[in-house]
Amino acid sequence: MKPIVEIRNISKQYRLGGKRIRKTETFRELLQRAATAPFRAMTGKNGGPTKEQLYEFWALDGVSLNINQGDVLGIIGRNGAGKSTLLKILSRITSPTQGEIVLRGRLASLLEVGTGFHPELTGRENIYLNGAILGMRKAEIDRRFDEIVAFAEVDKFLDTPVKFYSSGMYVRLAFAVAAHLNPEILVVDEVLAVGDLSFQKKCLGKMGEVSRGGRTVLFVSHNMAAVENLCTRAVVLNHGRLRFDGGSKEAIQFYLNSLSDRSGSGHVVELQDVGVRHSPVAPLLKRLEFFTDNEEPLAEGLLVGSRLKVKVHFDLPQPMSGFHAGLGFNNSYGQRIFTAHSFFEPNPPDGEYVGSQVFCCEIPSFTLMPGEYTIKVWIDLRNAADADAIEEAAKITVLESDFYGTGRVPWAGVLVLKHRWYLEPAADAQPTLSRQTSTLI
Amino acid sequence: MSAAFELRIRPRRGWQAVDFREIILYRELLGFLVWRDVKIRYRQTLLGGMWAILQPLIAMLIFSFIFNRMAHVQSDGPPYKLFAYAGVAPWTFFSTAVTLSSNSLLTNQQMVSKVYFPRIFIPIGAVGALLVDLLFSLGLCGVLLLIYRWPLTAAIAWLPVFILAAFLAAAGTGLILSALNVSFRDIKYVVPFIVQMGLFITPVIYPPTYLPQRFQFLLQLNPMAGVVIGFRHALLGTPASWALIGDSLGVSVLLFIFGLLIFRRMENRFADII
Repeated sequence: MKPIVEIRNISKQYRLGGKRIRKTETFRELLQRAATAPFRAMTGKNGGPTKEQLYEFWALDGVSLNINQGDVLGIIGRNGAGKSTLLKILSRITSPTQGEIVLRGRLASLLEVGTGFHPELTGRENIYLNGAILGMRKAEIDRRFDEIVAFAEVDKFLDTPVKFYSSGMYVRLAFAVAAHLNPEILVVDEVLAVGDLSFQKKCLGKMGEVSRGGRTVLFVSHNMAAVENLCTRAVVLNHGRLRFDGGSKEAIQFYLNSLSDRSGSGHVVELQDVGVRHSPVAPLLKRLEFFTDNEEPLAEGLLVGSRLKVKVHFDLPQPMSGFHAGLGFNNSYGQRIFTAHSFFEPNPPDGEYVGSQVFCCEIPSFTLMPGEYTIKVWIDLRNAADADAIEEAAKITVLESDFYGTGRVPWAGVLVLKHRWYLEPAADAQPTLSRQTSTLI
Repeated sequence: MSAAFELRIRPRRGWQAVDFREIILYRELLGFLVWRDVKIRYRQTLLGGMWAILQPLIAMLIFSFIFNRMAHVQSDGPPYKLFAYAGVAPWTFFSTAVTLSSNSLLTNQQMVSKVYFPRIFIPIGAVGALLVDLLFSLGLCGVLLLIYRWPLTAAIAWLPVFILAAFLAAAGTGLILSALNVSFRDIKYVVPFIVQMGLFITPVIYPPTYLPQRFQFLLQLNPMAGVVIGFRHALLGTPASWALIGDSLGVSVLLFIFGLLIFRRMENRFADII
């Protein structure tokens, strides 16, 4: 039997909006060029050597993959690896630059929950609208209407405009519509990251049900547990190429190993050659330095709750004010746990600066749970957010410590917070009696 | 599982034919989009659907005062207020439709970048929803005819043709502008200008005979001139030059076809650049 989805050597090139800037170019040249662009366009001198090279970037680079009917395929990879682009091409939202895909079944995609929901329309109206947008016939929606309402648990609010819904209700309703699509191939992108835990479980359950029904499911997620549970097979994408294709457990292992490859570590991280860099304006970032308590260089792990100081070294080629730096901490699943950004600083540097700068970020108590975190670092200029950005520029290991001063090590959750527990006299306090009862039991 | 079903996704570049099969497949969605736009247009307004008739009515009263009372512009037969209303009704439809549809891809950005369906439904749906408003405002025209005791003629039979022509003119313009608007946000500033100037180069507030002979060709090239003259002919029985109307409607049809083609050519990149 022929595969239900055949992906043959698919590539997709994006031309990013910003023009690529040569390294030798100064900001003044850039501004001059921007200012004279309309005149050059008019006089037709835009061609020839002055023609700017667009910043081209291959989001997918020759991916081939066969998917058989009944496969539940997980697609994993870090941010920017090409997962979403692949799903968008499969859903026909965007067309490939090269290659061909053959679909031998009807495909429905769920790249976002609640696409086309209108806040002014009621729950009932949005079910029909959203269903139609996702490709359902009106008769089909009529038939499944009660099921959708029951799944979403919103029957009491069916005739209320969804703008009055809580975010939980909104997401439940939106997922319910999508969950009752009946395609032969279902494509799902990270939609389960929304909603509360019990609803996420329900969604995963529904997806499991769909896949047991013999349908083909393509599932992109950063949630490795979900991929492992749901998928029989998984592929790993990296820089637009297919790196691994096999069992979901092995794929996850491959992915986690690949994560720790390229990020720099140690007290000083030179930024020339680490991580995934995207410099629409210019490569401004130079170096990161890490320190902990008492200005000690952070060479190995950081103890939970201790001080973290990061020095961001970068260049300002022209005098300027209003620049910012950001540090993003992602866990090993690629989820952003914490963002430190100078934008939140109440007393930012004022005045103009030029040349080498050292922007320091101090976190008095770093309370993320023990584990490995990768750090994204970026610079925002006044008119260019993300002027220079490096994903996975460095990694930091947080080590267990006696954070609570009890000798006990925290074991669950994503962070530790100072907290207290104590008994308060109850309003109907009968101290002797309650003590007696407790001993009796 | 339908074994015969097979779809090939390939790179798309350049001019494309309009995929009518797909449009028919998704026709219910177009209905839903029109229905949505109708439902939400006047949500949370005090007067609701009344706005559909108040807009042309107020415009008509202001134009009558300024152009008829102050500037002494005369109609070509019927009372000036009737004359103006029969022109303002289709013009209001056109100007609102062009404004909303040229912006429609941006207001529905989320849908464009997250689901697949024929993209032309978005601007076309925006125009289609306004047809409902046009019908309401034509209802008020009937009331005005009664008040002024102005008789209907057999020419009313032409009305559907001119409504269709108004739709084609508005949809054609909307398709072109909405597609351009995705890459060039300049369109946002161009549209109010087009709509404002259009009012003066279309015989909405003056009869076509006011335009000197050597400028008459402007009316032939203006898709809305034929629509406005045609609406007046159908509603009020005023004389109409069929040659002029024919040319103008021809321009509407060409505009619509051109709109479809240029939209198809540009829609490839919508999701990438919106």
